[in-house]
Amino acid sequence: MEYSANQIANMANILRLDVIEMTAAANSGHPGGSLSAADFMAALYFRILRHDPANPQWEDRDRFVLSKGHVAPVLYAALAESGYFPKDELITLRKLGSHLQGHPVRGKVPGVEMSTGSLGQGLSMSCGIALAGKRDGKDYRTYCLLGDGELQSGQNWEAAMFAHHYGLSNLIAVVDRNRLQITGNTEDAMALDPLPEKWRAFGWNVIVINGHNIRQILDACDKAKASRKNPTVIIMNTVKGKGVSFMENNAGFHGKACNHEEYLQAVKELKEVIQ
Amino acid sequence: MTGQKLAQRNYYGKALADLAAEKENVYVLDADLAGSTKTSEFKKVAPERFIECGIAEQNMVGIASGLAASGKIAFASTFAVFATGRCWEQIRLAVAYPKMNVKIVATHSGISVGEDGASHQALEDMAIMRALPNMTVISPADAYETYMATKAIADYDGPVYMRLGRAEFPCITEEGAPFVIGKAHVMREGSDVTLIGTGQMVSVCLDAAEILASEGISAEVINMATIKPLDTEAIAASVGKTGCAVTAEEHSIIGGLGSAVAEFLSQEMPSPLMRVGTRDTFGESGKPDELFKKYGLTADDVVAAAKASIAKKE
Repeated sequence: MEYSANQIANMANILRLDVIEMTAAANSGHPGGSLSAADFMAALYFRILRHDPANPQWEDRDRFVLSKGHVAPVLYAALAESGYFPKDELITLRKLGSHLQGHPVRGKVPGVEMSTGSLGQGLSMSCGIALAGKRDGKDYRTYCLLGDGELQSGQNWEAAMFAHHYGLSNLIAVVDRNRLQITGNTEDAMALDPLPEKWRAFGWNVIVINGHNIRQILDACDKAKASRKNPTVIIMNTVKGKGVSFMENNAGFHGKACNHEEYLQAVKELKEVIQ
Repeated sequence: MTGQKLAQRNYYGKALADLAAEKENVYVLDADLAGSTKTSEFKKVAPERFIECGIAEQNMVGIASGLAASGKIAFASTFAVFATGRCWEQIRLAVAYPKMNVKIVATHSGISVGEDGASHQALEDMAIMRALPNMTVISPADAYETYMATKAIADYDGPVYMRLGRAEFPCITEEGAPFVIGKAHVMREGSDVTLIGTGQMVSVCLDAAEILASEGISAEVINMATIKPLDTEAIAASVGKTGCAVTAEEHSIIGGLGSAVAEFLSQEMPSPLMRVGTRDTFGESGKPDELFKKYGLTADDVVAAAKASIAKKE
């Protein structure tokens, strides 16, 4: 069954609710960037990716690497809602003995392709996977979700050069451009603008969209998949904390869970919009 | 006690070229130093599986990790100082933690790099690699052993760091002798002191044992080609017999072979131990033999350490 744009938007809010519940239960974690990426993650797992939750090692699957590993909660939520593992395990996030570590670990969770969490490394790993796909004559694609703040790390630009140099048209990078990092505005910490021009200068196809518009996410991925020569980056303009009124554009929720009152309020708001 | 002088990196290149034909999933990555590391030998025979990464070691490690995640055996090579120091945290997250089938094989380790000076002389690489969980650390004694070790690590599924030298130095192992990861070899039997060497220093230890023999001191020499996992059985058997030991490495005495042996001995069988290696210092430009002399890595230095170790026996 293919999800419609409306169903994907609804799933995004279900993922948001999962994120709020998981991080509140853990009393830690990174809800802000999880919420900004939720629409993309819902579109990815319920429409875009070629995957089989019953067979996570299927060799022709599309690959997804979460370079901004701190938003593990939204990845775990997407994997559980897709059927990779039971949803009731989500509540074990960050607890001793849980396979749902604070940052994703390859081999611990079905569907998690790579270990991430130290920013700036996921795009390099994705390049390696995409290169193997090209050399093996496989048609799978590799998607890599990057935070905007993490683009301050030079390794991303080493990887960007590499992807263009080796013509990795099967690689699709997605930047969650929510403009906030721990200390505040990305442009105050270390300016990234003009971001599309930077990627273009590195030889990538660049598509800029509203990351909360499902139609635009789907269209951008279709365009990226059509590339036959260069890698593509989709820069998604997003709102950190999207979907919960008091978390939106609030850098304070980068790495902090809701307290009890905030939790009740967030759950109320999300349940009102979930169908 | 010395054989033909050969460079380890030439035999690494030779082994890679042979592996290209033997294993179709071997990929080799380099960071603009293929001519020096000799990965160029692999490129000659399997250009489609040779990945030039440019001068970007951090990215190279990520690429190697991604290739390994796709079923490849990824060999990533550059000089030891860059291969471990520039991208230590990348190796930690992308290779060691997820137990990726990546082999970091570094040439130009140690002070024998010579004229390039301290910026290029890795004297800390074994220490920082050894500290990583899941990481195997190998330092072959000569060119022949390098060839066999390269084949052995290709057969082993997991992260490996292997350090090689730049210069030519004497071969002391038998060409084609099987290499077993984690297995030390007694190169010469003795009863008064155990000399545990790694890399080029095994040959230096053999020279030292000759000098000691001429003075009536019987030294046992062990080639510790695998630093981690350490062959503690071999150490226990030898030191149980001799009662004292010397370690010798072309590396800082902090964190490498000397530390590994000290950790084992102090905990399991307290025994006198002297460590030969560089002493919390950077190197400098010079000829390898001049540097070995200045930084205390000659056979005479091992002899002095052996006598000091013996003197500490009660």
